[in-house]
Amino acid sequence: MRRILLLACILSLTACSSLGVKPWERDLLAKPEMQLAENPMELGFDDHTYFSKEGSSGGGSFAGGGCGCN
Amino acid sequence: MQLKNKTFTNISLTLAAATCVLATPAMAATSEPDSWDIDAGLLIYAESDDQVQAYEGALSITKRIDDERSINVKAVVDVLSGASPNGAVAQNRAQTFTRPSGNGSYTTAAGETPLDDTFQDTRVALSTQYQQQLNRLWLYSGGANVSKEYDYLALSINSALARDFNNRNTTASFGFSYAYDTIEPEGGVPNPGVSVDDPDNRLEDSETKQTLDLLFGLTQVINRQTLMQLNYSISDVSGYQTDPFKILSVVDSDGWANDYVYESRPDQRTKQSLFWRTKYNLQPSGQVFDVSYRYFWDDWGMASHTIDSKWRMPLANSHFIEPHIRYYNQQAVDFYQVYLDEGQPIPEYMTADYRLGELQTYTIGLKYGFPIAGNEFSVRLEYYLTQVSGDESLAKGAGMSGVDLYPDKSAVMLQSFYRF
Repeated sequence: MRRILLLACILSLTACSSLGVKPWERDLLAKPEMQLAENPMELGFDDHTYFSKEGSSGGGSFAGGGCGCN
Repeated sequence: MQLKNKTFTNISLTLAAATCVLATPAMAATSEPDSWDIDAGLLIYAESDDQVQAYEGALSITKRIDDERSINVKAVVDVLSGASPNGAVAQNRAQTFTRPSGNGSYTTAAGETPLDDTFQDTRVALSTQYQQQLNRLWLYSGGANVSKEYDYLALSINSALARDFNNRNTTASFGFSYAYDTIEPEGGVPNPGVSVDDPDNRLEDSETKQTLDLLFGLTQVINRQTLMQLNYSISDVSGYQTDPFKILSVVDSDGWANDYVYESRPDQRTKQSLFWRTKYNLQPSGQVFDVSYRYFWDDWGMASHTIDSKWRMPLANSHFIEPHIRYYNQQAVDFYQVYLDEGQPIPEYMTADYRLGELQTYTIGLKYGFPIAGNEFSVRLEYYLTQVSGDESLAKGAGMSGVDLYPDKSAVMLQSFYRF
């Protein structure tokens, strides 16, 4: 499983150079709803909840230390 | 076209999570230099059966200093109360437990999952994050956090660098975070594997834990409508990771728990994850699909899969709705066991905390957003179900026959956000 995922990562890296848009084609990508962190506060609430109720954390941002959640 | 100041993303939207900022390719700015952006949020989290209830308020203020620099300050206050599973198994008779502090006791009725009802805390967290465009292609971000609750102190710093390539269609980022946590449980740190009724069951007053996170990110513009993100992260945690409030039942051959001992977790854990995310803007409707997948694994034997998807649908007059579905599946750590057998040696590492067991969780929710006086208000309602699994045949003898060893749990979350 891990090898397949790593292979997928490497393949997607090598494909990057031929992808993309011209500066004047960024109208849709510039919209707030297309930002990766379009609502950091929502992200914070969700991360806090899942961090304290599940055994995994991190991925999208730092897993970090945090709280004595129980 | 919004090409002015294109090296910045909307700062108020990005500063909270340093790596997210840096993984976002440089695009148009929506706020002017010397402007202030304020985000306010409220979370109400309520579990069924009078378990944990949490109220969390957050305020985030971003000051854009100039075209290149911005600073953000965020404050969060949590108020928590309710009851939490203590790790002991349900029994066909009432059970009485000593409180984690060592003072007093509480009783669980026959057939009920033992819940520690002393759970009550207030947490205050403050963080600051600074971001600077170093030159046309390089972006720096650094920050610090402090979080304090009654028996827990968390301190952390983070720093990250990102560089654009390929006409700003590719962004590579690298970040690190270091955290230092101190726990000071009421009554002292319990001695793992020792009976909760043993008067000699306490060690020192406090313990510490250090976490080092490294995160490598790559963001790629695929085409005019599609953005893709790929992260690899590794987290090394050393120090005290046992939950001082969790215990295990010691069960005899008839299924009766005659003793309870404190749990014990290794003091070293290395966590890794691969995270992939895609955002797609469907034209001409303007609907946005946001799908992510995370594969997580660690050296405690846990592995998990998380799939998260959101679908934002614009309505008339800048209103929108956003359905959300999340699925999470984890396998248990190697040292998870629902109880210990009487007469067997106490293992070095053990936990009956369901959060380290085999479980699936499901989140389903809906968000509704609309403008108020030119600012955005949104409200989000979510249902969160946790299904714990395991070997049902372990419910042995008269003491445990018919009891639910792996009770499900559900929660409702209500969130609201205002941005001005």
